[in-house]
Amino acid sequence: MSAKTTPNPHYDVVIIGAGATGAGTARDCSRRGLKVLLVERLDFTAGATGRNHGLLHSGARYAVTDAESANECIRENMILRRVASHCVEETGGLFVSLPEDSLEYQKTFVEACQKSGIDAQIIDPEEAKRIEPAVNPEIVGAVKVPDGAVDPFRLTTANVIDARRHGADVLTYHEVTDFLRSGNRITGVVLRNHYTGDTKTVECDLVINAAGIWGHMIAEKAGAKINMFPAKGALLIFGHRVNNVVINRCRKPADADILVPGDTISLIGTTSSRVPFDEVDNMDVTSDEVDILLREGIKIAPALAYTRILRAYAGVRPLIASDDDPSGRSISRGIVCLDHATRDGIEGFMTISGGKLMTYRLMAEWATDMAMKKLGKTAVKCDTADVPLPGSDGNQECPKSKSSRKHIIELGTEQIAAQGRHGSLTCNISKGPEDDAMVCECEAVSVGEVKYAIDSLHVNNLVNLRRRTRMGMGTCQGGLCAARAASVMGEVLENEQKALTDLAGFVNERWKGMMPVAWGQTLVEQQFASWIYDGVCGLDKYAKK
Amino acid sequence: MKFDTIIIGGGLSGLTAGIALQKKGIRTAIISSGQSAVHFSSGSFSLLSHVNGEAVANPLEAMKSLPAEHPYSRIGADKCAELAKSVPAFMAEAGLSYTGSADCNAWRLTPIGLFKPSWLHSVETAVAPCPDPKAWGKTVICRLKGFLDFYPGFLEDNLKKAGADVHTAVITTEHLDAMRRNNTEMRAPNIARIMRGAELHAFARAIKEAAGDAKTVIIPAVIGLDSEKPVEELRAMLPGIQLMAIATNPASVPGMRTQMMLRRHFENLGGTYFLGDNVTDGTVKDNRLESVRTANLGDDRMEAKTYILATGSFFSRGVVAAPDRIFEPVLGLDVDAPADRNAWFDKNLFAEQPYMSYGVHTDADARVSIAGKVLENVYAIGAVTGGCNALKDGCGAGVAILSALNVANKIS
Repeated sequence: MSAKTTPNPHYDVVIIGAGATGAGTARDCSRRGLKVLLVERLDFTAGATGRNHGLLHSGARYAVTDAESANECIRENMILRRVASHCVEETGGLFVSLPEDSLEYQKTFVEACQKSGIDAQIIDPEEAKRIEPAVNPEIVGAVKVPDGAVDPFRLTTANVIDARRHGADVLTYHEVTDFLRSGNRITGVVLRNHYTGDTKTVECDLVINAAGIWGHMIAEKAGAKINMFPAKGALLIFGHRVNNVVINRCRKPADADILVPGDTISLIGTTSSRVPFDEVDNMDVTSDEVDILLREGIKIAPALAYTRILRAYAGVRPLIASDDDPSGRSISRGIVCLDHATRDGIEGFMTISGGKLMTYRLMAEWATDMAMKKLGKTAVKCDTADVPLPGSDGNQECPKSKSSRKHIIELGTEQIAAQGRHGSLTCNISKGPEDDAMVCECEAVSVGEVKYAIDSLHVNNLVNLRRRTRMGMGTCQGGLCAARAASVMGEVLENEQKALTDLAGFVNERWKGMMPVAWGQTLVEQQFASWIYDGVCGLDKYAKK
Repeated sequence: MKFDTIIIGGGLSGLTAGIALQKKGIRTAIISSGQSAVHFSSGSFSLLSHVNGEAVANPLEAMKSLPAEHPYSRIGADKCAELAKSVPAFMAEAGLSYTGSADCNAWRLTPIGLFKPSWLHSVETAVAPCPDPKAWGKTVICRLKGFLDFYPGFLEDNLKKAGADVHTAVITTEHLDAMRRNNTEMRAPNIARIMRGAELHAFARAIKEAAGDAKTVIIPAVIGLDSEKPVEELRAMLPGIQLMAIATNPASVPGMRTQMMLRRHFENLGGTYFLGDNVTDGTVKDNRLESVRTANLGDDRMEAKTYILATGSFFSRGVVAAPDRIFEPVLGLDVDAPADRNAWFDKNLFAEQPYMSYGVHTDADARVSIAGKVLENVYAIGAVTGGCNALKDGCGAGVAILSALNVANKIS
């Protein structure tokens, strides 16, 4: 299995965007026998997929306002627990009412959950405090729901790996700059390589636009108008795992009312605000947003007041107005699958959008169903709800892997951590005294895992590496490990100057997330990193001016 | 407990002041929370490396053009020159051979193979009179197998770009092989702990074999944790080879050695060093600090005639940032910093970051204040005083040492 792909001249389908939806669609299409090219202008999960709570929604949050979404969520929730077990943590969730929240709402909420098939049970607040000691002790009501945590990076990577196994080609850092046309038919795409600046054309029968908020611009390029509205959501990451159970506020969805544990950290979010299109590529979290998140978060879990904030970030979700409402007031949070042939008279082009991370698989299924129909292929049934993703598929690829719990005592920290990240694919990581050396101590990433990621998981730079392995996501935020990783990458890819430029970019990218919360220990860490990289090493020479 | 002077903070600045005071027979105590910025030293002290982004050739000359709020300007350029010239001898008394000149910067080789202007250099630090490695002749970089905190690829590539005749060789020893079996053990201080006696000989043999006919050998700084002796021994085992080292992190072996030897020197002079304690607060009366309380000693308060604050920058918690203010955590001293956090930072990490120059407010005599009132017996030295961007100017060590010597001169 190699990450290097040479695109064939002709594909059945070109899918634009390698977030969860695009990667999921690539998996589904290729499993159903289509010849697929997945193109991504940056990296997997670089958009909204990598910038959300990582919440395995039970759907409870939508039960009162949007029964259809709630129902989709709970069904997908149960499916992902089966097919993406290495990406999912079954933490359970609570909806808690604070003294200022109405218990009347709790009643409405539980009834709505039950109608949508969500197992929501009212429990004694005392019981809730036993289940989750971090919750505000003032709570007056609690409901237990089947929430969990899902790692969107792993999930997307696993979909890409499976798509590749079924013949899909994958190009990251390739942007669609134009379409090939024949009359009113789209017959291919023009791609620009972000690294080299080279352009090339790829022909295909069908283009699937799965580019999230950027799909607005893609559709425009194809000549179609979709009424999308960028909705920014900001979140904070805390430096350790404050809670073990997802905690939600039991009230009408509002700012900062979900606290999700994930790996070694906890996340609070989100805010919600409309932003103009020219800002979607550069989301800055404002100090007002940080203040709101912190103020509301402390109400859910008081310990957040004295927990270090690692960083702040924001994602952009595409909200789509109904076609019959050009004013944009009637916004749907549901899945939108558009056939531009019937809608706009453009053949060979469709868009899958809306929805949410939780429903990425269902979105992929709908998109693939439509694609199969449009291509006039014999209907092959979708199997992604039943067939586990690579990494969650037992030991198919690693027959001799010691992955069972009873052997855990024989494994090193980095092996246990790697198994958490790569599941049954862990055996692809080379071992030995040199490869076991620890690059990132916070997240236990070894040299071997770095090499595996470079070799097999489309890693071109340190940001890619962070998304595949969690390198640099811990408390040092790359202060110590990024240089080690850059030095390994420089040697493996035989380009030291690129690795140094990349290192400077990586350290600056980390700063972007730290700056909005740079006080206390976070500023301590950053001053240290600046001394090391800028002062001791002189890395400023490689920084973008 | 009573002393003549109590110094809060036991890093480079606090230790320098403590040594200078003990030499004058002033009974001094240093209260140190532990790790200081010296532990992450590059192996060099810088006096003044850059002014407005331009490399400085003669720090003493360039000092004259600094803005008025810069700590050097406040001490006075002439006094700075006099103090700076005394530093190599001062360090030598502690057993540390820091060489270099205050009126002519040399060029330190950085861990990624670039050159930076700097003032004084620890015994092993790779340094050149000008940023040109060609004078080193044929050079071999020795990579220690499995050691990740040294970047031979970056070094070799950048040295080659600068015209050096350089290549990399991988070396190891039996002990290093054993150490590598534990995947977090291969850190510079751990290696330095075993590099003595027979192991040092084995290391020398490995270097010699890798060096071949090379004139210069570059290794990571993993020798001599608590004295310079192992470095000298290793050099003696490699006659005809110019052996130079690059400080690594975390932590820096030359930095740890400097910290340890300065502390030992201070204690040999009769000073008292409280390690692992923190001053929690103090009692102020009539604009004088009467006593301080520490975490370990509790209500057994510590008293002195004079106090020196040497608690460092944000990293050492000399000043602390909260969402709505920057404050001095021990005594609640006045701080020169805006309250609005949006003013503290630049989005580009490598740009001049305003926060880097924040510190406690001091008067012309280096004394601190609370709510505008000067504390007559409390001085501030080193990074806690702010007034300059030590990172961009390359003046951190110089300010730490010179401001300490300057204040020590005021105390009798």
